[in-house]
Amino acid sequence: MTKQFRILYKVSIIILAILAAMLIGSIILMTIGADVFKTYLVILFEPLKTTLQLSEVLLRAIPLTIIALGISVAYRSGIINIGAEGQMAMGILGTTAVALAFPELPKPVLLPMAVLAGAISGGVWGFIPGFLKAKLQVSELLSTVMLNYIAAQFYTFLLRGPMLDPAELTMGSGTPQSMRLSRNLWLDRFLPGTRLHTGLFFALILALLIYFLLWKTKYGYKMRAAGASARAARYGGISVTWYLVIAMVISGAFAGMAGAIEIAGVHRRAIEGITGGYGFSGIVVALFGGLHPAGIIPASFFFGLLIVGADMTQRMVGVPANMVNVLQGIIILVIVATKMILADPYLMEKVWRKVQGLGKKTKEVTA
Amino acid sequence: MNFIVNILSLGIPFSVALLIASLGEMFNQRAGVFNLGCEGIMAMGAFLGMLVPYSIGQGGPTPGIYNVLGLALAMGVGALFGMLFGFVVVTFRAPQGIAGIGLQMFGVGTAGTLFRHFVGGTQSVPGIGNLPIPFLSKIPILGPIFFSHNILVYLAFLFVPTAWYILFKTPWGLRVRAVGTNPRAADSIGIQVNKVRYQALAVGGALAGLAGAYLSLCQAKMFSDEIIAGRGFIAVALVYFGHWHPVKIMGGALLFSLAQALQLAIQGQGINFPYEFAVMLPYVMVIVVLAFSRESQLLGPTALGQPFNREKRI
Repeated sequence: MTKQFRILYKVSIIILAILAAMLIGSIILMTIGADVFKTYLVILFEPLKTTLQLSEVLLRAIPLTIIALGISVAYRSGIINIGAEGQMAMGILGTTAVALAFPELPKPVLLPMAVLAGAISGGVWGFIPGFLKAKLQVSELLSTVMLNYIAAQFYTFLLRGPMLDPAELTMGSGTPQSMRLSRNLWLDRFLPGTRLHTGLFFALILALLIYFLLWKTKYGYKMRAAGASARAARYGGISVTWYLVIAMVISGAFAGMAGAIEIAGVHRRAIEGITGGYGFSGIVVALFGGLHPAGIIPASFFFGLLIVGADMTQRMVGVPANMVNVLQGIIILVIVATKMILADPYLMEKVWRKVQGLGKKTKEVTA
Repeated sequence: MNFIVNILSLGIPFSVALLIASLGEMFNQRAGVFNLGCEGIMAMGAFLGMLVPYSIGQGGPTPGIYNVLGLALAMGVGALFGMLFGFVVVTFRAPQGIAGIGLQMFGVGTAGTLFRHFVGGTQSVPGIGNLPIPFLSKIPILGPIFFSHNILVYLAFLFVPTAWYILFKTPWGLRVRAVGTNPRAADSIGIQVNKVRYQALAVGGALAGLAGAYLSLCQAKMFSDEIIAGRGFIAVALVYFGHWHPVKIMGGALLFSLAQALQLAIQGQGINFPYEFAVMLPYVMVIVVLAFSRESQLLGPTALGQPFNREKRI
């Protein structure tokens, strides 16, 4: 097998995968009678046209990056965290609680404290499924999903009750939201006229941090070993269950921080629907980014683009914004299938023999 | 007494969606495939189930036919989704957990997209009404509890012995259990492992679609994005809880829905208890149940979650 063939094979598989994903998406789009080509064009290019829209894309990429980094740590350690949605909600609650309790603290104290509170709340919410998996073999897929629903209910309970804006109570308009959080919590918006905030740099720093953790420390090595082959890692003296729990705590803490950054930078008060699917998109971003920080950053930009673009299709071509969920679902299915095809040496060999056979036949014909 | 009759007669119809979906998931898992996308298939089923009577059956002379058509469409597309999942996890041998999440997002997203386009907002459908069984429904206490529900409730409970019979007494059931327990051995005696897995996925998908359609046609009589509310995931958990056995799964489904009915009844009595905590109850129950039934995993199909590669040695 020649090297050129190998590269050609892999590239054509990836191109086929992209085509397959777009084809399934097109079927759904055709069902609702939309202009397929124009819809893809709007989703992919419309948000890049103005600075304001571009800043909105980056704004969505910030929580996506942070969540996907956490999910990649868990995934590499052999545990799939689909509870980022709930962990993010708990992070928002933790941050809000601290900001409501100590509004007078100066910014250099309050901001780190509130973000830390968010990380701890998210981390606790990640610890539960990690512990259940390690000690009681409870499937993390089911427990994290259930914790999402529980967190969502807890979130609305607090927003409607203990954390409800006193102004809402007197005005009685009934919107479940907290009061506007202290100015000392706010992240600066550095691009005039947009909502883009300094959380962007925070996300980049976290990406570096994860890179160092996973590839430059022994803890990261042990986590990756536990994920790659739990039995081999256990034989090598690594406490797989311990690293599983740690990975879930990190994963949850990152989702919690994403929530903290999101309300400190964008909403500045806890309202309903902040998490809005970020937890699930984070899974797609992590997979799409190859579970590596260097891949996750561009991947989160791409999915930020999809989210903003899908919002615009509603107005421009009449395609509901839910289309982004459809695309994300397809992308997951296609990525996991493609990964397996690429990792299958038998299949590559089969194709190679076929190609060689074809070559021989054409030679015989010309001879 | 009246209170208990109320809870039971409320809880039994609640259990149907969970029961049907779990029975489908049981076939998947018995064949060795863990289908976490059940939630997505249910969402599609719920949408398609109400779409037919809503769009073409409006004001027609025989609404019953359109309901049946809706159920059939939900089951057909459900089976198709199950096979699509099979394409990813059986043919391409992708990891099943994460692929299931992909299917869930795809299903929920597609249902939401199509719903916004074809229906738009909250629209109710007449749905499938109750069908009290003559004479039997007149029996005090037992009548309202067991014999005054819609037809799908009776059918769902007939599914339990049927599923048991299919799984344990037919050649196909034996093949399903064989490919889920030891696919290599099954392969060596000439069973086409992947084909059986596809069949099981189609059956599971059809049942999940039916369960979704039950929610929109019989229970809510409308569709919304949150109509499934995690029931697909609870159904997957119930299969563990029910030790992969139809009768025990039925017990689990009843336990969950009676708890929900009890919660509703208590709310109805005006006892002051935060509504959100009441809604949390089934989700908390799932975690607790899974945590305290760890031995049950030893009873599961041994090849659960493992793709079968015929060409691989060992």
